Amino acid sequence: MTLLLLAHLLVATVILTVLRSRPRLAALFGIGVLLTTAVTIAILSTRSPQPTESWEWISGLGLRLDLALDGLATLMVLVISLLGVLVLWYSVDYFSDHIAYVRFVGVFVIFAGAMSGLVMSADLFTMFVFWELTSVCSFLLIGMNDESAAARSSALRALLVTGAGGLCLLAGVTLFQVAAGTSSFSELAAASPNGTLITVAALLALTGAFTKSAQFPFHFWLPGAMSAPTPVSAYLHSATMVKAGIVLIARLAPIVGQEDLWRWIIVLAGGTTMVFGGVRAMRQTDAKLLLAHSTVSQLGFLTILMGLGVPGATYAGVAHLLAHAVFKAGLFLSVGIVDHAAGTRDIRKLSGVGQSMPVVAWLTGLSAASMAGLIPLFGFATKEKALVALLDADEKVGLVANVALGFVVVGSVLSVAYSIRFMRGLFGTKPGLETTPIDHAPSWFGLVLPMGLTVVGTVVAGFLAGTVGGWLDSPAKALDPKAYGKLALWPGINTAFLISVGVIVVGVLVARSVPTRPWRNPVKISGENIFQYLYDGLIVAAKRITRITQSGSLLAYNVVIILVVISVLAAALLTDVGGGFSELVFADSFIQAAVVILACAFTFGIAITQQRFVAVLLLGGLGFACALIFVMFGAPDLALTQILVETLIIVVFLLVLRQLPRAFEHRNKFAPRSARIVIAATLGVLMAMFTVMVSGARTAPTVGDQYTNLALPEAGGRNVVNVILVDFRATDTLGEITVLAVAAIGVANLVRMANRRRRPGGAEHVENHTHEGVTL
Amino acid sequence: MKSSRSLILDEADRWLFPVVLLVSVYFTFRGHNAAGGGFIGGLIASAAFVLRYLTGRHREDPIYNVFRPHVILGAGLFVSTTTALAPLLVGDSLLESHIWKFTVPIIGDLKIVSSTFFDLGVYLLVIGVVLSVLVALGFDHDLDEDIDNGAQA
Repeated sequence: MTLLLLAHLLVATVILTVLRSRPRLAALFGIGVLLTTAVTIAILSTRSPQPTESWEWISGLGLRLDLALDGLATLMVLVISLLGVLVLWYSVDYFSDHIAYVRFVGVFVIFAGAMSGLVMSADLFTMFVFWELTSVCSFLLIGMNDESAAARSSALRALLVTGAGGLCLLAGVTLFQVAAGTSSFSELAAASPNGTLITVAALLALTGAFTKSAQFPFHFWLPGAMSAPTPVSAYLHSATMVKAGIVLIARLAPIVGQEDLWRWIIVLAGGTTMVFGGVRAMRQTDAKLLLAHSTVSQLGFLTILMGLGVPGATYAGVAHLLAHAVFKAGLFLSVGIVDHAAGTRDIRKLSGVGQSMPVVAWLTGLSAASMAGLIPLFGFATKEKALVALLDADEKVGLVANVALGFVVVGSVLSVAYSIRFMRGLFGTKPGLETTPIDHAPSWFGLVLPMGLTVVGTVVAGFLAGTVGGWLDSPAKALDPKAYGKLALWPGINTAFLISVGVIVVGVLVARSVPTRPWRNPVKISGENIFQYLYDGLIVAAKRITRITQSGSLLAYNVVIILVVISVLAAALLTDVGGGFSELVFADSFIQAAVVILACAFTFGIAITQQRFVAVLLLGGLGFACALIFVMFGAPDLALTQILVETLIIVVFLLVLRQLPRAFEHRNKFAPRSARIVIAATLGVLMAMFTVMVSGARTAPTVGDQYTNLALPEAGGRNVVNVILVDFRATDTLGEITVLAVAAIGVANLVRMANRRRRPGGAEHVENHTHEGVTL
Repeated sequence: MKSSRSLILDEADRWLFPVVLLVSVYFTFRGHNAAGGGFIGGLIASAAFVLRYLTGRHREDPIYNVFRPHVILGAGLFVSTTTALAPLLVGDSLLESHIWKFTVPIIGDLKIVSSTFFDLGVYLLVIGVVLSVLVALGFDHDLDEDIDNGAQA
């Protein structure tokens, strides 16, 4: 299994590097690896016991990569791979002349691998890794038309929403690990932990699932993601990626699904999404957006079924997951065909397409009928099963099942209505509209056949509902050992069947009463607007804060830093003066006193001189005086370094001074001279007192003796200073030299940029305000 | 530029440059047992380069023309990081130091400590840092434009 996932990555690498100019071959490679995956997984799944693989990852944290091929994983991998094959096949004729087509194939294959990994994950952390990978792939695919600003912004929005959800998931996963001591699905289910931490963990994970599966109130990114090419929408945003959240909910339900809080959140969020998505689908005039909202609605349905934690509903959920993936992929592909052929997918403009393309219309009609839940299609069997399960569930879980049933009935009415709206809009002949001309007849082999195969799946699964239902036992049992059931083409006349009939009748009436043109939106607030508002607000606030804190004035920075240091020092001195003052002596020797007096003289000279050049020389003198002090205290390494650095700094200063005025400027509004003197003097006095205090504050023995004793035997050196630098504390040194390198590169580039601006011909002007008040 | 050259500086550079470089290497290696080390050695070598830079003779010098400052910088960081990571390959912890002792005929007993290589990286890096700052601040247009062109090519 791991090998299969790696094969995806390898093939994607080959596609993205070697096959850049061979789009058709690239697609063939992609189809090859997906077919291989499907066949291998089908063979592996027959093995007993179910295959598992486990790899050490970060042993110190107990993290492992755990994969298990249980029933649900098998079903999902087969759906992912086989639909992937069809979509790739379709994509060749759809847009293989697109400039970014090969990149699409490469990312598509990586995505398929990540998604397969996600459904096979037997561990929350493993799932999280694949989860994030699918988010990134989705971002790349939505933003495939990277010249279009709309595509870029909707890609970013999808990434931000699912990425934020991913962070919630990570927090939830970590809490599960902390609270229950394991992150493996099977161990968690066996332990069935509870407590506040687990509740919080479950809620966080649920938030992640809701963002991924576009549940209310995070649903808005999915319609936005429709700016991706149609094959991407068909695959990621209807059949596979958005199911990741459903799979997570399904995997969590056996662990925490028996909590009332969980059930209510699932039903309310899923139900709202189902109804809300259905209503919005009825407003759309873009056939693809209509499908996007219908996907949101269906995902709400799946959330309810999978999350309820009732065996029958879980079984129905697994069945409907399959049904939805198949019919929704087909519907998206057929929108692509019409769009490709007629040049538009706006249902206000299309008319008479059904007569021009009768085969496509009939095939699409079958998929749409499955979405509406009409007999004898697969969608009927699964929806019927769901209704039966929800009708039975109220004995077990009470009121929440009735609420769920209510949502599902209303949602189903809407799904009948939007299926009709979709078909009538896309293929119907509308009075007052000219028949839409078909510019490119669709390619039978390239476009219609892959779409038709999904329809064949829907129809055959419908007629063989009993057999297919049998295959679904194993996936359902992977989630809940008691979850099994039967699907039937003709269930006989019972309550559920009567509800179905009622739903269809009402649905048709609703469809007839809603006009094609968009009606006024009764809800002014949309998730999209709220997101945009928050996002813009964040950017504006960040800019404003940056403008306040990063004024660009060196003096202002210095004053802030120094004032902070002063307050910290003052606080330290106020709490504890320490015993250092009693041990003070004036000087150890005459030379020592002389050097210090010299250093003080240099310092005063720097402060009062008007000439930059003089100030630099005095600064160098101060440095050499310090070096002398180091020598007197027996630190030759320090002294040597100090002297060398001072020498080099003088040269560097001289180079810089060529560019600066000879004398200091003393105009600045920020702090008058007197205030600066007070601040500087305060810092100096406090720093001196602090030094004395610290030297008297030591209670533990110094680490220096240890280093001195260990230097030769442990590190093979007699110079303790050097041994500390390159051995004992070498990690520090490594960090420091890295910082040094980065700083040097930064300085070099800053200066070069400034030079380029100054050169004649460079249009940019030097921004004056950044230099205001800068005094060296 | 040529006219403003100082003969004394030129001659001083001609004789001092190789000597100072040699001294810098000496200080780097002796650092393990006495005052010195990669940082100090690198600063001494930088001083030699600064001297040459001030004479203007660096344009003829292959070191300036072949090795760009950032290449030396990168090489230093690479050597240090490699030394730091190498023990991981044999299962030791990061930056674990090894001491090899062996006897070479004529020369006598030799002792090599792996941290010496780390120090050599520091040596190179310090030279790279000083040189890149020097070149950038010196507004040395020839070199600067060469680098610009190199970066664009």
